[in-house]
Amino acid sequence: MAMEDQRTTVYKIDPAHPESETLPTLRSEELLLNMGPQHPATHGVLKVILELEGERLVKSTPVLGYLHRGVEKLAEDGTYHQFIPHTDRLDYVCAMYNNFAYCRAVEKLMNITVPDRAEYLRTIVAEIQRIIGHQFWLGTQALDIGAMGVFFYCFRDREILMDWFDELCGARLTTSWYRIGGVERDFTPSLIEKLKQFLDYFPPKIDEYVVFLEKNRIWLGRTKGVAIISAEDAVSFGLSGPTLRGSGVDYDLRKAEPYSAYSKCEFSVPLGKNGDTYDRYWIRVQELYESIKIVRQCLEQMQEGPIMADVPSVTLPPKQRVFTNLESMIQQFKLFSQGFDAPPGEIYCGTEAHKGELGFYIVSTGGGKPYRLKIRAPSFIHMGAFDHMSRGYMISDAVTIFGTYDIVMGECDR
Amino acid sequence: MSLQQLANRLQESFASGFVKAVEWRGDLAVTVTRDRLHEVAQFLHDDPAMDFDYIVHVSSVDWPDDEERFEVVYEFYSIKKHHRIRLKTRVPESDCIADSLTDIWKGADFMEREVYDMMGIRFRHHPDLRRILLPDDYTEGYPLRKDFPLRGRGWRDTFEFLDETAR
Repeated sequence: MAMEDQRTTVYKIDPAHPESETLPTLRSEELLLNMGPQHPATHGVLKVILELEGERLVKSTPVLGYLHRGVEKLAEDGTYHQFIPHTDRLDYVCAMYNNFAYCRAVEKLMNITVPDRAEYLRTIVAEIQRIIGHQFWLGTQALDIGAMGVFFYCFRDREILMDWFDELCGARLTTSWYRIGGVERDFTPSLIEKLKQFLDYFPPKIDEYVVFLEKNRIWLGRTKGVAIISAEDAVSFGLSGPTLRGSGVDYDLRKAEPYSAYSKCEFSVPLGKNGDTYDRYWIRVQELYESIKIVRQCLEQMQEGPIMADVPSVTLPPKQRVFTNLESMIQQFKLFSQGFDAPPGEIYCGTEAHKGELGFYIVSTGGGKPYRLKIRAPSFIHMGAFDHMSRGYMISDAVTIFGTYDIVMGECDR
Repeated sequence: MSLQQLANRLQESFASGFVKAVEWRGDLAVTVTRDRLHEVAQFLHDDPAMDFDYIVHVSSVDWPDDEERFEVVYEFYSIKKHHRIRLKTRVPESDCIADSLTDIWKGADFMEREVYDMMGIRFRHHPDLRRILLPDDYTEGYPLRKDFPLRGRGWRDTFEFLDETAR
């Protein structure tokens, strides 16, 4: 045969259908298709090289790095405080959680205990960020599949929380509200009032989103039984967050290694059964209800108190004191220009962000700057399983599959 | 099993390859020699008392002044037993290669590729060791090494009329 290419196969026409004998012998070969980096459904600049047989995916190779900015290298040149705004730009949809994960890592390095009120504030804002993240995910995932209405509903409610963030810290997306040892500022009575209103307003709205999807044949057809991953594989690939729990693995850092105020709140961790896209969707919707529960409990339990740990060599002085008190001004100036002296050592600290385990591995050799800072980004690690999860599915499912990871390229490429 | 017991168990099982175990801030970091890395990892994964089924991250640290310059860092977690361990090994610059753990944890594939991309450490028996975040034809070196300038190397660096500081 002339065709040496191994990928080329020759199909003979089925003899059971004699009418087809008049057709010439058909030759089929795999088609290589580049998807992205400019593609509206790839959630940023993601490129995937798809090998197709007909419409089936035979192999897919993610090509990452279009948004690589060298954040880990930048971290080595700045003080610990200066890196907080960089973390906003990792997962730019959910900046608060990145701040949180980073501050926790530095606190572990510096061995700082955060005051109770600050822990509650942190937990509340983190859960609000989780709600925003899941709303954003649900809206865009439904949009990718073709249900445009859900997108509008999700973004309508997300806007309320975005305005709330705006009032809290003056920014909607790049928030930088968390500080090492506490938070930047306390809730005002108006913020608490608005939050309480939202907690009453929101649960019926979740039901509204669900109504759109649960009985939608297209949604069910495109999510049920798509991109199934077994629990064993999901663990082996290092998946985390709803992507892992969709396969029924009970691993949530909020429960496994409780931090902040999570140990004082009662909530459940929803688990999937089949490990398909539908289960991962279901888990995220359930987590919306759980987040509401957590925020409610935190608001009830929260007491008055300081919002910043009192470790003058590390934590920032209250802003009001900086303007009126000379020592505080010097303290602030020194912390931002030289940083604080970290002890030599290394730590890893993982935090359950809404996408999965967001971790920071920091190596310090003393001095004000990290010697090495490694970000464990869930989006990046989830992309490692993309080829495994997409094999055998249709080309249109590729979009659903990176949608189901809740991928954000800023975090994936760093 | 406490972290101390875990470290002792490892030391008993791998007397020859065991370098040191450090416990700091509640994290256990065990350093082993490069030739035993794969064996130790396999033990950590398979042994029922260890049961480290989850790979957290793979990282690397550059220590330019040390004889064995690079440190490869693996972090594992056990979902059932809820404990963590950090496994480290050293590789010299002249022979910058370590055994890949992709056959034990599938997730190590992308993570090791990132280490290769950023620090230039190669992994033996890795199925697809290519650059991952930087372009395939990137020839300027490995950006997270300490001798790589912070601002990178670009067109400006070819300007001979600029002295070192201005570049």
